[in-house]
Amino acid sequence: MKREAPQSIADYGPLFFPAGMLLVFFVVPFGTMIAVSFFQRQQGGFYTPAFVFSNYERFLSAFFGGVLGFSLMLAVTVAVCCVVLALPFTYLLSKLPRRLQVIWLVALLSVLSLSEVIIGFAWSTLFSRTAGITNILVQLGLMKQAVALSPSFGAVLTGMVYQALPYTVLVLYPALVRLDPTLMEAARTLGSSPVRAFFNVLVPALRNTIMATLIMVFIFALGSYLLPQILGRPQHWTLSVLITDQAIYQSNMPFAAAMAVFLVLVTLGLVALTLLIGRKGEKA
Amino acid sequence: MDTMIKTAVNRRTVLAAGALGTAMLAMPTVLRAQDKSLKIGVYGGYFKNSFDKNIFPEFTKATGIAVESVAEPTGEAWLVQLEQAAKAGAAPADISMMSQVAMIKGQSTELWTPLDTAKLPNATNLLDRFINKYPDGRIAGIGAVAWYITLVTNTDVYKEAPTSWQAFWDPANTDKLGLLALVSNSFLLEVTAKTFFGGTNALDTEEGILKVFDKLAEVKPNVRLWYRDEAQFEQALKSGEIPMGQYYHDVTGLAASEGHPVRSTFPKEGGIQDSGCWALSRASKKAEEAHIFINYMCQPAIQATLSRKVGTAPTVKRELLDLNEKEFAAVSSDIEPILPRYDLLTSKADFLNQKWTELIVG
Repeated sequence: MKREAPQSIADYGPLFFPAGMLLVFFVVPFGTMIAVSFFQRQQGGFYTPAFVFSNYERFLSAFFGGVLGFSLMLAVTVAVCCVVLALPFTYLLSKLPRRLQVIWLVALLSVLSLSEVIIGFAWSTLFSRTAGITNILVQLGLMKQAVALSPSFGAVLTGMVYQALPYTVLVLYPALVRLDPTLMEAARTLGSSPVRAFFNVLVPALRNTIMATLIMVFIFALGSYLLPQILGRPQHWTLSVLITDQAIYQSNMPFAAAMAVFLVLVTLGLVALTLLIGRKGEKA
Repeated sequence: MDTMIKTAVNRRTVLAAGALGTAMLAMPTVLRAQDKSLKIGVYGGYFKNSFDKNIFPEFTKATGIAVESVAEPTGEAWLVQLEQAAKAGAAPADISMMSQVAMIKGQSTELWTPLDTAKLPNATNLLDRFINKYPDGRIAGIGAVAWYITLVTNTDVYKEAPTSWQAFWDPANTDKLGLLALVSNSFLLEVTAKTFFGGTNALDTEEGILKVFDKLAEVKPNVRLWYRDEAQFEQALKSGEIPMGQYYHDVTGLAASEGHPVRSTFPKEGGIQDSGCWALSRASKKAEEAHIFINYMCQPAIQATLSRKVGTAPTVKRELLDLNEKEFAAVSSDIEPILPRYDLLTSKADFLNQKWTELIVG
């Protein structure tokens, strides 16, 4: 089927609305942020338009490097945990009868309706010494004394994986449902165990989907700033927390903008690198 | 410059939309002709609820000015919003309750309309430190309410009330403290300076500040939670999950009166006294009503009502108040308070913030 090339401006009409939205709600705010990141901070005030690099200079330190490194590590860990948990789950889900699938999907969607605040407070209660899950373990005789599991890295990770897991499942689900069932059947007929077939046939067949899901969860997790505050110690705070501090509490918009621009650039760089490696791998 | 922009806008609007443009330009006059009203920003949650219940209805009854209260976030988020709105000529609230640091920052951009003392006869009732002035002496804000941050403990865990801020440094309290997470709202540098270095003057030099930071760093192993969100700590304090920390005297007193096992103690070095000002946004067109409101709030009787009903420390001189000993002790103390160094928190904001973040995150 050959489409005719647009002849007049009117033929481009349908594009105007999305393009306008993209311009107004993405390009303009992002451009403003880049501009502000070069502005001069007025201590004890706001900022004045200028073109200075001092905001970026302040960021380029071992301290902020460490925070950035931790944020990236946390986001990667969340992404990997989510995919490792969600892939087998979604595969088994896609094998269930239609009705059960719907029930599971509705349940997962309902988790998405919870705000980050509620998720954070719920987990901090579950991880507390006075009312948390360790009390159940004590009653079962598995532990001597109730302990606090939060704040800790494990608590932050749990909260963030909990929050991102429904997205992961919902992204993987269509690909798994559409996957040709004969692939797995062939593997089984040729004598492969279900687990072996899962890893040797299904996972490679879904390579691109898995990669895309990892990147999506990674970016989603990178923006998280509430859960690390509620469930973590200060050393578990992400760069997003420090950006919020600067923007909201210190009124230091230029520095906050510089950090945000840096975070976006590093993220885009990492995503590009991942895609590049993926493409090379495909050719080989 | 201003006139140029105005002419350009007028011409373009009229050319583009004709009569509609004219009608739109006439809109503000229509709005102004409406009944007298005032939009007042108050910290959301407890403060706003208390003001809505105990203060605003009485004010409307006394003056005929309708009040629309706006919940404002604490910290500087509201300042940023007011500033951005004022640049666009809008005022999300005419008068707002602003922190001292926000007052100083707002002064730098002339965000606050200078107040006219001739229209505020009751302002003479106030303690001097509650009148916020521009460097050239114009009045930027008038003390609205004051409150204390004190040493709070869970009574189930600590049978005896601690007597000094030094309890924070006690090795016995490892992993038991909840402290405010920001240098600009915890005032822990001032507390450290007063407790170990003889007073907040120890913070006058950068060398002195670093010494205080070193001392404060010793607290870190004792801190379980550095909180931004007050509800998070309050909940943990009530349950005993985090049994000690710094918190608001009034809210803690309220929780204790509801039967929760918590107490607020004024340490011998003094509680931290923080306060909020009423400030008028330069984008507001309700200066007349705003002065009437501020003057109303400066009456000793209203301050006493605030102390009894909202639990804030009065901003007017004590001898003018009819509060008895018990009522006064519930909101304040005769122990000389630790006054935050707002000057440093603005002039050295970035230095302090950087050192502070490195201290708690590093």
